[in-house]
Amino acid sequence: MTAIHDAHVSAPTPSTPFVMEARNLVKKYGSVIAMNGANFELRPGEILAVIGDNGAGKSSLIKALSGATIPDSGEIFLDGQLVHFRSPIDARKNGIETVYQDLAVAPAMTIAENLFLGREILKPGPLGKLFRLLDKKKMHDEAVRHMQGLQFAIKSMKQPVETLSGGQRQGVAVARSAAFARHVVIMDEPTAALGVREGNMVLDLIRKVRDSGLPVILISHNMPHVFEVADRIHVHRMGKRAAILNPRVISMADTVSVMTGAINPADLSADMLAH
Amino acid sequence: MTQSTPAGAGLPRRIQLPSLSTLGPLIALLIAVIVFSTQSPRFFSGTNFSLILQQISYTAVLAIGQTLIILIAGIDLSIGIVMALGGLVMAKLATESGLNPVLAILAGLLTTMFFGFVNSQVITRLRVPPFIATLGMLGIVTALNQTYSGSQTINNLPPALTALGNTFKIGGTAITYGTVLMLVLYLIAWFVLSETAPGRHLYAAGNNPEAARLSGIPINRLTVIVYTVAGLIYGVAALILVARTGVGDPNAGQTDNLDSITAVVLGGTSLFGGRGNVLGTLLGAIIVGVFRNGLQLIGIPSVYQSLITGILIIAAVALDQVSRRKS
Repeated sequence: MTAIHDAHVSAPTPSTPFVMEARNLVKKYGSVIAMNGANFELRPGEILAVIGDNGAGKSSLIKALSGATIPDSGEIFLDGQLVHFRSPIDARKNGIETVYQDLAVAPAMTIAENLFLGREILKPGPLGKLFRLLDKKKMHDEAVRHMQGLQFAIKSMKQPVETLSGGQRQGVAVARSAAFARHVVIMDEPTAALGVREGNMVLDLIRKVRDSGLPVILISHNMPHVFEVADRIHVHRMGKRAAILNPRVISMADTVSVMTGAINPADLSADMLAH
Repeated sequence: MTQSTPAGAGLPRRIQLPSLSTLGPLIALLIAVIVFSTQSPRFFSGTNFSLILQQISYTAVLAIGQTLIILIAGIDLSIGIVMALGGLVMAKLATESGLNPVLAILAGLLTTMFFGFVNSQVITRLRVPPFIATLGMLGIVTALNQTYSGSQTINNLPPALTALGNTFKIGGTAITYGTVLMLVLYLIAWFVLSETAPGRHLYAAGNNPEAARLSGIPINRLTVIVYTVAGLIYGVAALILVARTGVGDPNAGQTDNLDSITAVVLGGTSLFGGRGNVLGTLLGAIIVGVFRNGLQLIGIPSVYQSLITGILIIAAVALDQVSRRKS
């Protein structure tokens, strides 16, 4: 790790149009089937919302994609390559960053420190290698540069994260994932703990991450938020994907109906579905 | 956040005012020094200040270890008793076993390190909370100290064991090497905590363990390293103690568990972990030392010394809470 990179070019290999793909994922907890042959596809440069009722197996899917659980069977591909994640750290090493809803930042530490937590920039030479000495200036400069890239205006990178509002804190978490992700950013309910204005701020940031070229998987219960930013909507139901919807055509009410099973996706008109 | 200035653009680096939690103790220290200076002609002198530093030296060194542990949201209640064991091992091996004093010192350091390591294993592997793990260790090592020494102090130590008690002069004031070692250890600890990646990981681990874990910081390994290094530091404290008292004492260190925590808390480090500064701990240790010394010099009975220390602790933490609520 030398520095954060600017542009994210997730160029899939010609064999697949997907940055990330999952086929036939199965996960059972005793007699409970959390995933029952779940499929998943993420396209380059999109925001894919993943929605589903409680117990639909949506979080099992996300956990499998982020390395938090290991599926019983099924395959996950990253840029067409078969991958096996044993832990979130594993997934992270493969360029997948996850933002958790519970504001996973260290509040007493500065913004720059949080951005580089666990991936600090060390001084060159033996000072860094042997004594793990921090290159604080470089970390500060990189933090400023990166936050500017996301137009995330903060007075000083040296202020502790706890002096920020909830939305700004989540912004730091988002910025951090965007800084280090090479393939995919997964956001698990990033706006759930936030007020309206704060939530919009984070949505803005999510769009900027997408516009920088990184595809985003957004898990959310908040339909207005989903409809505001998503390019496609993956609806999860009874342990598998029920449909992929096009938020530009289908209504919010119909989407909820598909989610709850009140509408059979087969009855939807073709333009309401996405591919 | 998009409407104001862009990130960090053109803003001068503002010097942050020290928070109330560090300012408060500093003010308390200043007032104490002024009051004691006016009340006792013997207080304000280089010799007396050197004496205060000598008096606090081993507790202050212990408090470095305690700071590291408290920063990762742990605590060590076996700190003083493990130090006493380290001193006993050094003294006994160097006298009764006739071992080369340098090897005896090494054995003492390894002993205290070992018990720090055992604490870390009980905490990380058996998942016993640090408070309980080290409380248990306090009982175990207390018994060990008495049986190992036969409840006898060990006298007639070779000069190598008391070398840290020797002095050199700066402008007519005699300063012990033990004091210098203490100050050097503080500087090293401060540097490691603020300038290296593992140092920052300590703060992260105490501040938000879950976030730290998800960032790839190996919390368990960090815990083992912190308690083991703290153990090594207790060994150094043991050496300073032995040099200062000239004996191996099975009853030493009994008040140091709480004294070290007092220094840490007075210095503004949060008992919940993740916040604080090791130089604050030094300040805390000095405050306790100045009050003890000053109250003694103006002839106030020693019971009131612990009364005032008690008030200081509560005031320091209360002040910290108030300042945090305001911000």
